[in-house]
Amino acid sequence: MSFVDLEDIRVSYDGKNNILKNLNLSIEEGQLVSLLGPSGCGKTTTLRVIAGLIEPNDGQFKVEDKDLTKVPVHKRNFGMVFQSYALFPHLTIKDNVGFGLKLRKESKATIHTKVMEMLEVTGLADYADRYPKQLSGGQRQRVALARALVIEPKLLLLDEPLSNLDAKLRINMRLEIKKIQQRLGITSVFVTHDQEECFSISDKVAVMNQGVIEQFDSPEVIYNYPKTEFIARFIGFENFFDLTHIEDRTYVTSDGTQFITGRSWEPTKKVGTIRPEDIELIKDHDYPEDNTITGTVKVRTFLGKSYQYEVDTSLGKILVQDNSGVAYEAGDKVNLYIPEEKLILV
Amino acid sequence: MRKQRGLSMFVFLVFAFLCIPLLIVTVTAFGEQASIQFPIEGFTFQWFAKVFEISSFMESLILSLQISFFATILALAIGIPAAYALARRQTAKTALLKSFFLSPTIVPGVVVGYALFQFIVVQLELPVYQGLLLGHFLISLPYVIRVVGSSLEQLDFSIEEVAWTLGCTKLAAFIRIIIPNITSGIFASFMLAFINSFNNIPVSQFLSGPGVATLPTILMNYIEYNYDPTVSALSVLLMLGTILLMFLIEKTLGLASVT
Repeated sequence: MSFVDLEDIRVSYDGKNNILKNLNLSIEEGQLVSLLGPSGCGKTTTLRVIAGLIEPNDGQFKVEDKDLTKVPVHKRNFGMVFQSYALFPHLTIKDNVGFGLKLRKESKATIHTKVMEMLEVTGLADYADRYPKQLSGGQRQRVALARALVIEPKLLLLDEPLSNLDAKLRINMRLEIKKIQQRLGITSVFVTHDQEECFSISDKVAVMNQGVIEQFDSPEVIYNYPKTEFIARFIGFENFFDLTHIEDRTYVTSDGTQFITGRSWEPTKKVGTIRPEDIELIKDHDYPEDNTITGTVKVRTFLGKSYQYEVDTSLGKILVQDNSGVAYEAGDKVNLYIPEEKLILV
Repeated sequence: MRKQRGLSMFVFLVFAFLCIPLLIVTVTAFGEQASIQFPIEGFTFQWFAKVFEISSFMESLILSLQISFFATILALAIGIPAAYALARRQTAKTALLKSFFLSPTIVPGVVVGYALFQFIVVQLELPVYQGLLLGHFLISLPYVIRVVGSSLEQLDFSIEEVAWTLGCTKLAAFIRIIIPNITSGIFASFMLAFINSFNNIPVSQFLSGPGVATLPTILMNYIEYNYDPTVSALSVLLMLGTILLMFLIEKTLGLASVT
């Protein structure tokens, strides 16, 4: 039993297609867990099941071992931040933030103190009497966060809260969310389709695909050891090739090149993959025989700190990012060395 | 520049076309002759006085105001929740329902009037007052559903969901969050439905009974037998009433919020 448990959750809108299939997820107290995946993978649905906005067809949702599956949303006491911020346009910032407290019938003085305190924390004290449309995107975001936090919720739910902000603000805000979350020690679920954003603030990440959690691990483990080809593709692995197992840690490709891996992999894994930036480009003839393939540069793209090459090899098209400073031309013959420990099997 | 002058000319003509008949009616209300004439001879307020002396005018005015007001309130009470339900659940079925609700504005007024006559008077045999109320409610409903519906469609429903997460029941969220954010739509639909109901002739004509008729019906009947400037005077008073109403709205809410 963890702090939050989702057990065999199934959601279907039409009775035929399952949006979520037997989904299981456990969240420890005080952690920030992200649900990561492309649109349509079911991450928002999962969040809405937790919030109580969707009732699952099957399964149970528990907090501290108490079954909340049938508890209506307004009795759950979870704070939620929406992608559109969903501020009440007809209320001032102060009243937006104080809305939940007012419903809890707290005294005017208590509400005022708590609201001002929360506005202080989120840096909005000067805007208390303004209306939402008078604020910038980042400020609205903070109001939404303050409004969700001021009710001292058991859980904080964030549905793509940063996707409407510009790149720079997004990075600032995610740091801020992380800081506030840690300071209050509030258990949080964060939905996003942005892997960098998700890795930077999460304690654990659940990568979702077609209504199923494919991997639930720390950001480091997911980044380095994606369990499936889908996850690998989603988090930046570009090159995939079939491998045949010869003996422990030794594989061979269809064209006969031998590959040594840095560790033993389960026998079910038969596809090798590597990130473009982990491949080493070697021009001269002094290269190891294993883990090396030859190819011809097709396209060169300048990325700023590195060049990206599309290289035609016997294993098909391979993408390489090289920051050695040497610029190869289209048509150049190159050798691609795939380091043992960077070669991942999925 | 020349193009602009052409445009102003065109605007002026349209404006004149709209206003001149009203101006002529206004002028004829002050003529001394016993029949409506233009231009007028002499100047008098006697027709205005006569408006208030004809009891059927006063009675039907009060009836018209009552019917329009209560019918519109009824239409709001039914129409707002209906518009909400239609906006909240958008499927192929609701699209069909929506066009069905709007049909009284598309079907010719006479047909609606006749249909309501068949239904309300012949089938239900309702008393005239209740019949008129029901008929006017039915012709007001589409305006409410249409106008309130369009302001609901512009609303981000996640503000409602957020209110639930903060502890609001569904009903409380609807009253405290949804309603305050569609007030301009509600007000606009009230104005539209009220004015439309107040002006309506085809439905009222079919549903009126002995001694109970709305102002437009009485006005039509009156002009059939008496071609005197009382009708002009009454029209001027109605116009003044509308102008006053618009002025009040402009002062309190701003016209932009209604249109």
